[in-house]
Amino acid sequence: MDTLILSRIQFGANISFHILFPTITIALGWVLLFFKLRFNATGDAKWMEAYMFWVKVFALSFAMGVVSGITMSFQFGTNWPGFMEAVGNIAGPLLAYEIMTAFFLEAVFLGIMLFGASRVPSWVHTMATFLVAFGTTMSTFWIIVLNSWMHTPAGFELREGVAFATDWWAIIFNPSMPYRFVHMLLASGLTVAFLIAGISALRLLWGDRAEAVRSTLRVGVFTAALLIPVQIYMGDMHGLNTLEYQPQKVAAMEGNWETRSNVPLVLFALPDAEARKNRFEIGIPNGASLILKHKASGVVPGLNDFVAEDGTVLHPPVAPVFFSFRIMIGIGVAMLLLSWTGLYLIRRRGADALPKPVLIAFAAMSFSGWIATLAGWYTTEIGRQPWLVQGVLTTKQAVADVPAPMVLSTLIMYLTIYAALILAYIGTITYLAWKSTRGEPLSVRNYPRSGEAEVRALVPGE
Amino acid sequence: MMTLFGDPEFWLPLVFAGLMGLSILIYVVLDGFDLGVGLLMPLADPAEKDRLVASIGPFWDANETWLVLAIGLLLVAFPSAHGAILTALYLPVAIMLLGLILRGVSFEFRAKAPARQKGFWNSCFFTGSLMAAMAQGFMLGLYIMGLTWTWAHVGFALLTAIFLTVGYSCIGAAWLLAKTEGPLQTKAIGWAKGGIWGLLAGIAAISVATPFVSTRIFDKWFTADAMLYLSPFPILSGVLLALLAWALRRLPDHPRLSIWTPFAAITGLFTLSFGGMAYSFYPYVVPEKITIFEAASAPESLIIILVGTLFVLPTILGYTALSYYIFRGKARDLRYD
Repeated sequence: MDTLILSRIQFGANISFHILFPTITIALGWVLLFFKLRFNATGDAKWMEAYMFWVKVFALSFAMGVVSGITMSFQFGTNWPGFMEAVGNIAGPLLAYEIMTAFFLEAVFLGIMLFGASRVPSWVHTMATFLVAFGTTMSTFWIIVLNSWMHTPAGFELREGVAFATDWWAIIFNPSMPYRFVHMLLASGLTVAFLIAGISALRLLWGDRAEAVRSTLRVGVFTAALLIPVQIYMGDMHGLNTLEYQPQKVAAMEGNWETRSNVPLVLFALPDAEARKNRFEIGIPNGASLILKHKASGVVPGLNDFVAEDGTVLHPPVAPVFFSFRIMIGIGVAMLLLSWTGLYLIRRRGADALPKPVLIAFAAMSFSGWIATLAGWYTTEIGRQPWLVQGVLTTKQAVADVPAPMVLSTLIMYLTIYAALILAYIGTITYLAWKSTRGEPLSVRNYPRSGEAEVRALVPGE
Repeated sequence: MMTLFGDPEFWLPLVFAGLMGLSILIYVVLDGFDLGVGLLMPLADPAEKDRLVASIGPFWDANETWLVLAIGLLLVAFPSAHGAILTALYLPVAIMLLGLILRGVSFEFRAKAPARQKGFWNSCFFTGSLMAAMAQGFMLGLYIMGLTWTWAHVGFALLTAIFLTVGYSCIGAAWLLAKTEGPLQTKAIGWAKGGIWGLLAGIAAISVATPFVSTRIFDKWFTADAMLYLSPFPILSGVLLALLAWALRRLPDHPRLSIWTPFAAITGLFTLSFGGMAYSFYPYVVPEKITIFEAASAPESLIIILVGTLFVLPTILGYTALSYYIFRGKARDLRYD
């Protein structure tokens, strides 16, 4: 394998590992704030118990996100120097703003949020929790701006192959940014909702009778049931936006080779890149035309339009885009069915009387958000190939001139450690759930009501 | 606004080189002490290990963010230099990153995974710290040698790797002796004493080697004028080293001597060494190859970043100070409640 494909795999491995953890921390930060505010408002110990359990998951996820994020900031230079040379004038300020307005905010206030509860007044601690959640969301905003700009570049001009910014407003609010940003925030919300519901279901299966577990199950299931229809709608909007700006990606997602009307919605097929057609296709007649053009006779672009005169392929590899898109959709449908079933049963029978198969289903879906998120990112990122910045810079032009064996050896190092860490991460969360089920106290301090904390803070701490 | 201070193609790269230098210096001091604490882990007994980790718990995340800022500024302000430097340092960068990953996650796992795994995560914490510190020292050495891989240069880089690692353990011990008390504090004073040679050897090696790498740098230091106005560098370094050694003999019981004296002295030493190197290499960002003016991004982009920086950087410094203030005093157990 050559340096290009190895570098792509390495970047893919690094960013796939990285995105798992922000996907959790973005939404979990807000959920923690919710638990904290519920506790402040009601004084009910169950909310503090929920906070104490999930803050541990947050701390662990945050650490994993930080260290894998540091790797990302180096990958640009080590593997893709051509990227910054060509579009550094655009990407640079966006990355700089992410670091300055988000990374420091998260990292500093995380310390106060995690370890400061006994050292600062309650409102300062609540504020720190808010700032951490806000920081993770800001971070998402800036990086999604940059990523979206790579899909739908705007507000710049090319001079001798180098991009120069002409309109920052157009760069930041580039055509696909609002869709991608909301889509990602909802993905994070769903990932966390299913993680919370799943771990709570697991604890109920293990016989945990704590009030806090039933409350977190409710929070998880309700949030999931609320967000999934919104996400499906948002995903559809995002798809239509992609159809407008990156039709070749949609063609690959649909597995549609020829531009034509009455295109079926392909449920399953084996796309054959050599023969340029699908094998074993099963489809719903007119489905894709209806979804993308809202009428059966709608014309859907085909992949064959994106082959140059000399035979150069200017569309993405079809099979990975086609399949990852279906994995994402499949999980989305499973999420819809399960969360609404859960919602219905909780409203009818209460959170402590869910049938065992439903609890098992929730536990099994604990990390389903991860798979859907990864599949979604693979769809959009592989779908951008062969471009790194759509229409401006190809991936091949940006790769570093590093010997392939060097890339391969570091790739193996990264993959080994990432596999071990994911196992350790899932194992540790499961262990924390088991420990809590057995009733080991998460907090020995008799947590005061919000008013009392301020009095305590007046007593010198040292 | 851009032409207010003269030619932006001149002053903007200069300002960004300054900001990047400041970030690197802050990183070396801040993550230096928490990497150093990681390096000292094997010397502590099990109960003390928890205290070591507790002393840096609220800070390490933010400390590492300065590395992201430094590398981010290199990336955004001097993109071609970022590519040239990082592809030349491909392997040590990968080792440093793996080290930072290992130690960062061990932090959490050692406290949250089942108790029987704690020893394993403690050793990962040490190994990660060692990998990161050695890799950083190696990169420093190779950078001084002009980023070229020859046996002699690699040999020099391995030496600086050892010296920086010992130097980090020294500032780590200086942090610990201020943040702990009792027998652990006494131990920390001993560790700090044991680390002084690393600082001394590191500063000596860099000072001796740098001028001989290029005649340009040699001429910058060894003219009659230059030697006069640069003399504060070696003199102050000597004074700070002496102060450090003296303070470590008097602490912790000296009535008027601040417990932070050793930490401040080492910070001063790092700053002087860094200042000396900055003087040597200016105006180059890739030694003897690319100047900051050649590597700089378009002024239109730099000014956008600078405007934000002027507002955000003081804010960052402000809330970082707040965090250190909230967690002032001796380290206590890390608790979420």
